[in-house]
Amino acid sequence: MSATDDSPITFYRLQACPYCERVTRKLHEYDLDYRSRFVEPMHSDRNVVKRVSGKRSVPAIVDENTGVTMSESANIVDYLDRTYGDGGGN
Amino acid sequence: MPDFEVASLPETDHVEAGELAPDFTRPLVGDEFWEDAALSELTDDGPVLLVFHPMDGAFPATYVWNEIRDREWGSEAQRASDASGDAASDGRDLTVVGLSISDPYSHKRLIEERGIDYRLFSDPQNGVAEEYGVVHDLDGMAGVSEPRPAVFLLDEDRTVEYAWVAQQWPDFPDYDEIEAAIADR
Repeated sequence: MSATDDSPITFYRLQACPYCERVTRKLHEYDLDYRSRFVEPMHSDRNVVKRVSGKRSVPAIVDENTGVTMSESANIVDYLDRTYGDGGGN
Repeated sequence: MPDFEVASLPETDHVEAGELAPDFTRPLVGDEFWEDAALSELTDDGPVLLVFHPMDGAFPATYVWNEIRDREWGSEAQRASDASGDAASDGRDLTVVGLSISDPYSHKRLIEERGIDYRLFSDPQNGVAEEYGVVHDLDGMAGVSEPRPAVFLLDEDRTVEYAWVAQQWPDFPDYDEIEAAIADR
């Protein structure tokens, strides 16, 4: 779970956002190596997230293991379960 | 110069030229986001100018960054918003980064207000200044310490090529001397 330059998963998040914390919990559950990029509460200040994911919403993740970019916590949790949970591809 | 003696700071055993600069990891704040980054990740890409400055919000930090911005130190590549540019790509491979005790939100404001393209480390507990021997306990602000103004020019191995550390308070970097040290590389 260490944050390094080489972490394959980049996690765009907002401090104390419950949807983001939901994703954090899942990343920890699967002991995944990720790096956190914190953005601002102001929606209009989140161009980096828009460039990456097409939307300004957080949480968003970019997983270089699979080439997947995804927003919406429910989608991300499903994706992490499918990819890294029991019976996942990896 | 004022017609009285400016308050001097006590002698300090700080990191000097020729020594290895301590590595550290702290949130590194750019114009769009912040993330944990190690100093060694920056030096891996080329030389680094590490600028310790007083807390954001008052004239000392403002003056320092106005001056560095106007002198256009460092590579242009680091100014890309996504910070993924190769610092060496424009031939000026120096990365300039700041560090103060201000939190990431304050750093984002400073970057925006000063119109700077440099990234700033956030170290509210001042542990990095302790490592570098440049702690400044602030008179009249109980429990608050910050780095004294200091500038270190580091090569790719984090060896200090040049060091400037404030000896009085207030004090500002010797910009011409630093610029000469950068040019001498």
